Amino acid sequence: MEKFNTHSGLVVPLDIANVDTDQIIPKQFLQKTERIGFGVHLFHERRYLDHEGTQVNPDFVMNKPEYKGASILLARENFGCGSSREHAPWAIEEYGFKVVIAPSFADIFYGNCINIGILPVKLTEEEVEQLFKLSAEEVLTLNVDLPNNTVTCGDLSFKFSLSEFQQYSLENGVDSVGWTLNKLDKIKAFEAKMPTWQ
Amino acid sequence: MTTSTPQTMYEKLWQTHLVEDAKGETPLLYVDRHLIHEVTSPQAFANLRFLNRPVRHPERTIATMDHNISTRSIKIDAAGEGAANQLRALEKNCKEFGIELFGMGHKNQGIAHVMGPELGLTLPGTIIVCGDSHTATHGAFGALAFGIGTSEVEHVFATQTLRQNKAKTMKIEVRGHVGAGISAKDIILAIIGKTGSAGATGYVVEYCGEAIEALSMEERMTVCNMSIEFGAKAGLVAPDQTTFDYVEGRQYAPKGEVFEQAVADWKNLRSDADAVFDAVLTLDAKDIKAQVTWGTNPGQVVSVDSIVPSPEDFSDPVEKESCKQALKYMDLTAGTKMTDIQVNKVFIGSCTNSRIEDLRAAAGIVERYAGQKVVDSVDAIIVPGSYRVKEQAEAEGLDKIFTNAGFEWRLPGCSMCLGMNDDVLGPGDRCASTSNRNFEGRQGRGSRTHLVSPEMAAAAAITGHFVDLNS
Repeated sequence: MEKFNTHSGLVVPLDIANVDTDQIIPKQFLQKTERIGFGVHLFHERRYLDHEGTQVNPDFVMNKPEYKGASILLARENFGCGSSREHAPWAIEEYGFKVVIAPSFADIFYGNCINIGILPVKLTEEEVEQLFKLSAEEVLTLNVDLPNNTVTCGDLSFKFSLSEFQQYSLENGVDSVGWTLNKLDKIKAFEAKMPTWQ
Repeated sequence: MTTSTPQTMYEKLWQTHLVEDAKGETPLLYVDRHLIHEVTSPQAFANLRFLNRPVRHPERTIATMDHNISTRSIKIDAAGEGAANQLRALEKNCKEFGIELFGMGHKNQGIAHVMGPELGLTLPGTIIVCGDSHTATHGAFGALAFGIGTSEVEHVFATQTLRQNKAKTMKIEVRGHVGAGISAKDIILAIIGKTGSAGATGYVVEYCGEAIEALSMEERMTVCNMSIEFGAKAGLVAPDQTTFDYVEGRQYAPKGEVFEQAVADWKNLRSDADAVFDAVLTLDAKDIKAQVTWGTNPGQVVSVDSIVPSPEDFSDPVEKESCKQALKYMDLTAGTKMTDIQVNKVFIGSCTNSRIEDLRAAAGIVERYAGQKVVDSVDAIIVPGSYRVKEQAEAEGLDKIFTNAGFEWRLPGCSMCLGMNDDVLGPGDRCASTSNRNFEGRQGRGSRTHLVSPEMAAAAAITGHFVDLNS
């Protein structure tokens, strides 16, 4: 997993609450056995006017020319709810996003992001509202600093937090499976004490 | 002598599975049972292969084909090239890594969350995970069960453990008894209507109270199944005699003395009387009526005897806007009676409502409309949750009740709940569905989903609209 330190990028304001992972990547694109090829279908139903994805929807925020090359997704509450499909953060990552900012995330989606190296930033409702307002005025560039847990934009600075290990894992690009495999003795000791029925 | 702090069931499950809680690390939990399917596992297997890592306990993982299989044919190629490719990859991966697979037409094949419980793979006091958000279903047994992403599937394969931050706890008590004709689906939809679709994010929910205790295991599964639909990490019901009686004798369940020992342990799982929850919600069962969703998330739900709400009914600006968007997508007008909404599709199935009791309940309604058939304007399909359910239903003659009334009787699978196979709705189709998600486009681009109980779905198939069966 790539290490995450600081990131500076353009912000796309996606002003929709309760964005579920079916919207992020619809089911017809889940039939792959590889981990690539999802970015082009990110937000498919909103991004394209037709089912086949040949006509770009010019009204969808991500399709507006000023947001080309954006790498920070600004979203509303309960982002990533619904299905556990990791294909959702895969699609977000492949499209080019490094950071997703929202007032709240669904639990599974949040964990999936961290496991693949996307930084989910939880800010307060008011802070997110402020960023949406600023985004309505101009195309925003934000600086995200993981070691210092800050999101800054000009004079504005917001703090966010992650659990200690999530922060460490993102900063160091930890191979979580390898990390746990170093603890096999602990796992074996646990197994030795398990009741028969378990 | 030390007095121990009273614990919730979740805390007990946590403690008994804690492998390590090292400083600076996310706690490491042991996983007893891992269910996998064709859609969320291939990339996890690929990584294992790439890094030359084995599956640590292949006997603790069970595979089934459910998400994108055809419900018209047991042929692997029947649901298209993409699906066949994933199904073949699952076969190959299970063979290579030594995992038992219930493939096409196998007598144990079924939706993971139907198959696991009916085979006794789901046990109280265990941790069960699956790359599917409806894994919370198994919480009905007093198992800590939750959906995981593919990176976590790989972690479980390689280590038989998972890292989890501790969730908060919520007690949802449903007091008293529900009225006649009110199903488990109505109970859970009423709960979600009360909390909103993110009301339990960050929590593990324990359902309790007389109305929950009175439920059968299958009904408890329906309740726990939809825990994710209001954001909960997992849903739990304390195991009791109903649970033990259900588990006993099932194929993979412990037998004899081991079973007795297990039951003795399982009896200690329930939350201590004075355990403290981070949040408590109480409902009166008698107030719960038959539910129908009107919007595009499961929290947008009302009683069938009610009307489609207006954005003006909501004070929260986000909810107001969500209502406006939902009415537009659903092509509904505020103030319309729910019973006036016409549907043209009916789907009875999914891990929420495809078990034998669900099919019996639906068949019971069909029989109540003696002699009447599915109305011409409606296509109705019934998709049993597993081959065992299908076999049982056929032994009871339920399939004949349905087909004689004009329903299509299909082969088991996830089917139209998510429409990964060819069971998809077209733009503008309006469906009474016993599934769990009414998201935009979930059952097909531009399609409109109303979540209901099997009874309501059956009545909608015959009349062409929602019906207040109790009036």
